[in-house]
Formats: sequence, C-alpha cells, structure tokens
Amino acid sequence: MTSSLLFNVNTIAYLISMLLFFAFMASRAKALGTAGIAVAYFGLLAQTGAIALRWKESYDMGVGHAPLSNLYESVVFFSWTIVLIFALLDLKYKYRVIGAFVMPFALLGMTWAQLGMNSGIEPLVPALQSNWLLYHVITCFLGYAAFAVACGISIMYLIKANHDESGQKAGESSIMSMFPPIRVLDDLNYRAIMIGFPLLTLGIITGAAWANYAWGTYWSWDPKETWSLIVWFVYAAFLHARFTRGWVGKRAAWLSIIGFAATIFCYLGVNLFLSGLHSYGGGGKM
Amino acid sequence: MTIKQRDFLHSMWDFFCSLKLTMFLLISLAVISIIGTIIPQGPPPPEYLVTISQTKQQLYQALGFFDMYHSWWFVLLLYLLTVNLVACSIKRLPHIWKIISQPALVLSSGLEQSLANKASFKCSDRPDVLKEKLTTFLSSEFARPVVTEADGDWHLFAQKTPWCRLSVYFVHLSVIVIFIGAMIGSLFGYKGFVNILEGQSISKVMTRSGKEIDLGFSLRCDQFSVALYKNGAPKEFKSILTVLENGVPVPDYTNARVIVNDPLTYKGITFYQSSYGNAGSYFFTVSGLDGKDSIPVTLDTNTSATLPDGSTMSVVEATDDVSQFIPNLSGPAAQVEIRGPQGGSEKVVVYANYPEMNIQHAREHKGALVLQYKGAQKQMYTGLQVAKDPGVWIVWLGCALMVLGIYGAFLMSHRRIWIRIQNGHVTIGGNASKNQAAFEHYFGGLASKLKKQLTGEEQL
Ligand code: HEM
Repeated sequence: MTSSLLFNVNTIAYLISMLLFFAFMASRAKALGTAGIAVAYFGLLAQTGAIALRWKESYDMGVGHAPLSNLYESVVFFSWTIVLIFALLDLKYKYRVIGAFVMPFALLGMTWAQLGMNSGIEPLVPALQSNWLLYHVITCFLGYAAFAVACGISIMYLIKANHDESGQKAGESSIMSMFPPIRVLDDLNYRAIMIGFPLLTLGIITGAAWANYAWGTYWSWDPKETWSLIVWFVYAAFLHARFTRGWVGKRAAWLSIIGFAATIFCYLGVNLFLSGLHSYGGGGKM
Repeated sequence: MTIKQRDFLHSMWDFFCSLKLTMFLLISLAVISIIGTIIPQGPPPPEYLVTISQTKQQLYQALGFFDMYHSWWFVLLLYLLTVNLVACSIKRLPHIWKIISQPALVLSSGLEQSLANKASFKCSDRPDVLKEKLTTFLSSEFARPVVTEADGDWHLFAQKTPWCRLSVYFVHLSVIVIFIGAMIGSLFGYKGFVNILEGQSISKVMTRSGKEIDLGFSLRCDQFSVALYKNGAPKEFKSILTVLENGVPVPDYTNARVIVNDPLTYKGITFYQSSYGNAGSYFFTVSGLDGKDSIPVTLDTNTSATLPDGSTMSVVEATDDVSQFIPNLSGPAAQVEIRGPQGGSEKVVVYANYPEMNIQHAREHKGALVLQYKGAQKQMYTGLQVAKDPGVWIVWLGCALMVLGIYGAFLMSHRRIWIRIQNGHVTIGGNASKNQAAFEHYFGGLASKLKKQLTGEEQL
C-alpha cells in the first residue's frame, strides 16, 4: 500500500459521501444521511492513514519531515482538517445535512491536489527546517477548516433565511425542512468561529514567534502576515457583531462568508498573486 | 463647563464607547490593510515604478502608500482602536465587576422571572432541615453556597468561575500590551544587516534606515558553507561565528554555528543567517594581439577595471569548470562584460585553458586587446540580519494574555444557581454566561437529582 493509492481511495470516499449527502437532502431518507457520514468517516480514516504513510515514506527516502512542506501537502492537510472539524460538529450536534455544504470543500481540495499538483516528496529547504513549522501550520489550518465549516453553515443560513422570508412555510419544500432552523444555524456558525478564532490567533502567534526566531522580526507586514491579520480582523468583527444590534443574522452570515473568502485568499491568493516570504507555492528567501 | 460643552463631551464619550465604532474600525483596518499587500512596501523598486504612471507615483507617495503601515492615517486607526477599546472597557467593567463581587444572594421573584432555567416542587421537611440538606447538596454537586435569610425565607446562592467574565477584558488588555511592546521595540531596538568576509570581523552594522550602529563587541566569520541535497536543492546555509571582546574570543561564543532557523544571540543582539555571496577575486591578463605588453587585471564581483583602450570590464559570472555550460571544453572560464569608451557593451566568455580561442575572439571582433583568464580566488562572505528588540518579551506576554483570555472567554462560563425555600416550596433557578444549551442540560439533571433526593420522586 502506498500513500498515493490511499489518497485516491480517500478522494473517492469524499466524492461518494458528498453525493450521498446531496441525495439525502433531496430525498429526506435518513439512511442516506447515515451512509453519507459513514463514508465521510471512512474517507477521513483513509486520509489519516495516507498522511501518516507519506510521513513514513519521506523517512524511507532519507529526507524525513512532516508532510506539511509544500502546496500539495498543505492542500491535503487542509482537506483533512475540514472533515475533522465537520466530524467533531457532527458528533456533537448531528445535523447531517451540513455535510452537503461542507464535504464539497474537502472534495475540491483533494481533487485539485490529486489531479492538478505534483505530489512528489521533496527534501525540506532550510527555511522550513524548524519545529515551529508543525505548530504554525497545524494551528492555522485547523482554524481555516473551522472557518470553512462556518462558511458552509452561513450559506445554509442565507438560503434558509431567504426562503423563510419569501413566505413559504417550512415543510412545504422538502429540502428546506431538512435544514436546521435559522436560529440553530446562526448558533452553529458562531460556535464554529469560536473554534476557529482561537486557533487562528494561535496560528498567527506561532507564526510571529517563528519569524522572530528565524529572522529576528515577529512582524514585517509581509503580504501573508497582513492577510492573516485581515482575516483576524474580519472574525473579530464577527464576534463583536453579536453585541451590536443590526449586525446579526444575515449580516453576520455574510461576514462569515467574507471571512472565509479572505481566508482562502490568505492561503492561496497571496502565493498566486502577491510576493512574500512564505514559501508554499514557490518564491521565498533563504 | 457650559451645558453645550458637557453635551459635546457626552456625545464624544458615547461615540468612543460604541460597538458600532468597533465594527467600523475592525472592518476598515481589514479593508485598508489590503493596499499594502498590493503596493510594495519600502523604497519602491525601479521595476515597479516603470509599471505605474508618474501621477500615480506622486499620489501614492503623498498618501504614504509606500510605507502605509506607518502612515499617519493607519496609525490613527490603531490609536482610535485603542481608545475605543479602553472606553468600552471603562464603561462596562464596573457593571461586570458588580456581577462578580456583589452577586444577588436572594432569589427574588423579579430575578426568578428573568431566569431561563428554573424548577419548583413541594417539600414537607422543616425549612432549617431543608436548608442544611440543600447546602450539602449544592456543596457536593456544584459549589459551596452562601445562605441568606430574607423575610423569613431561606435563600441559597452558589456560583462557579465568576472571574471568567473578566476574560474578555484580558483579551482587550492584551491588544494594548502588544502595542506597547511593539512601541518599545521600535523606539529602543533596531533591525540591521551586515556582511562579513570569511576570516574577517566587524564591529558595526548598518540599520535599515541607513544608520551605523556600534555593537560594542566584534563578530568574526570563521567560515561560511552551503550544503546541498542530492537533487541540488539547498540543504543548509551555515556560518561559523566567533564573538570577540577587545579582540579576545568569548568562551561560549567561539566557533558558534549559525544556520537558518538557528540564530546566535549575544548581549541582546541576535544574528540571523540571511544571505551569502562570493567576494573573491578574478585574475586576468590583457595584451595586444601579438601577445606582447601583457598586464595583469584583478577584479572582484562588484568592481570594474579600465583597460588600456579606455573600455571598462567587469565580471558577470565565473566557473571552475566550463564543461557544464559548453560540453566539449573544460577548465575555468569567466563571462565578462566589456563597455566600450563610447558606450555600448558586449558579453564575452574568456577561457583559461584555450588562449587561442581568446585571441581568435579578439580578431573576429576587430579588437586590439586580448583577454586571458587566469582563474579565481574564492572568498565567501556571510550575510547576517541583525536585530535588537527589547520589547519582544512584552509582545509575547501580550500574546500569552490573549490566548488565556480567549480561552476563558470562549470555553469557560460563569454559572450561577439560586435556591429558595418558601412556604414548603423549593424553587431552584440558574443561569450561565455562555453555552446556554449545555447549561440547560446540566441544570435539568441537577434539578431532578435534587427532587429525587428530597421527595423520592423521579419526575419534576
Ligand atoms: C476597537 C476595539 C474593541 C472594542 C471597543 C471591543 C469591545 C468589546 C466589547 C464591549 C465586548 C463585549 C464584552 C462583554 O461581554 O461585556 C467585546 C467582546 C469580545 N472582544 Fe472585543 N473589542 C475590541 C477589539 C477586540 C479585538 C481586537 C479582539 C481580538 C481578539 C477582541 C476580542 C473580543 C472577544 C473574543 C470578545 C468576546 C466575544 C464573545 O464572547 O463572543 N476585541 N469586545
């Protein structure tokens, strides 16, 4: 068994899980929801195994390091964290239908990684040879994943809220009655961000600590740092929205979606469009 | 103070206490920060300037876009954020403090109505016996209660982690602590840069703002080396450094290894591996076409020499083995750039092992001078970033405070339980500052357990 084979199994599992969730939403057959989550768990397990295997394979090649060192590995890890956070939410609240709005993010990541990227294991460049890499990347990506889940929930919120406003009673439309009430969606959104915000904060702090350790400056306003701060500001605004009349409900849902868009830009856009010190996706200094 | 003035101060105060301002500031900061990620910060490089128009350049300069995170308007926003934060805290803290320090000990009917979680049942025990039972119950199940008698009724009050209500204020305080740390760093610290040739030492560094700083000691570079992976990618950049006080090596700082991600700190000044280069010399001779009047020319990477015919020459690149570029040749070679006295330049490869090729080249190009390459002497230098930041510990303190504060704000909850014994009825009520759903569940369990203990009945 090789890690790349296992990654393929895991990608197909996410695809099947997503389709099952779609079918569940359309048909309201409970068994489909259960099957969807079961396949998602299976995929998560396969992916966990694959990541561990890839880690071991890098040691077998004599360039051993945690599989978090390039764009391919980070996208895979991101996808893993999204399903992990979704699984935790599912264990606690059991709103299966959320899977239909979260699994696509995980699937998109895995498909892109498997089909569009070079998956070779490479040795670690000097800039990344630090334990801080592990702390920094893990906290950041767990935070990003929580924001991805919050974004999926916010999209559900907006769909449901628009539907409720347009006057139809719940229950009239089969799909809408599957959605949790908007009050619950609003609460889940908040909870997901309450998981993500502390993790992002830790991610920024560990990043600053690493930068200080490696370059002597904890903050140099490099585009990636700045974008992570932008994301942080948006979610800080979201948290305060709770206390400000007029900034709850739909606006909070939009803030959460904008926050995730900024997160994705921070993660990918900065590397693709802007230059800086962070070395995922090429470039970077020593 | 006139009434008008007082009104003005009042509205100022309300303005700074408002959470709408907070939202505005947080979102503005998020949006405005984008500018500096698109426009390069610091002295703009010429490659960038040619891509924008003159007017744009002047506009950006005037608005401070080339150093926007230090521009007055960005700093103003940060100050407003700080004032907003402090004002909000001053306004709300007394109320929160009162909740913590003077809790309502008595379950009045008004309080009872405001509680989301409550239960009530009959109990035939005598009030003072009941009081003891309930005290024991709360102590073992929740927290030690305060018992109060009011209007002939007994009231019990117990709470858990009241101080976690302060967590949010610690988060806010941490933001200010971090600002203070950053300020101290920028006032009393510096960031600089220095190149040291192998075998040489320096005692001064240049800061980013172009100031020269005397370290008060010397730093010697004993060696610099690069290690590569099998595939040619860099594996390690390593400097061996020695700190010297009055020319004498300091014992624990002799032959210290500095690599990327592993700096050297001495007397609060830290040296980070950041770049490297070759400052070695290249040796040439210049002669006429007949090989007579040969004179030596020595160059290093950054200098150029003037040749007898008035043109200048500089080294672009040099190698010890040219075969990797031109497969059927071997030995050292250098690519040099020759600038004619009337302008115009050409690049020429000069070989060490093939004097006839050098002559032929001169002939073909109607030149009167022949260059011969005699080889190079390597001398590596290490490029170190130098930083001194006495505020950094305050920044880490602020960060720790923030993490603890966020933990308290999100994951802890101030939970309160009241019990009243009145006319043979036991009424229990409670609330929590966070996570209502979990508390509801907990409260339900607690109330039915209590009822079972007192009355033996299962259901509430
Ligand atoms: C302009 C500056 C700010 C002001 C005026 C402000 C004000 C407030 C106020 C009044 C509250 C409600 C406290 C309460 O429950 O009584 C609050 C909550 C909070 N603030 Fe801020 N804040 C500011 C900036 C920040 C920043 C930069 C952060 C980033 C970490 C932050 C994190 C929080 C958190 C985590 C909460 C608790 C939210 C919750 O419990 O859901 N605040 N803030």
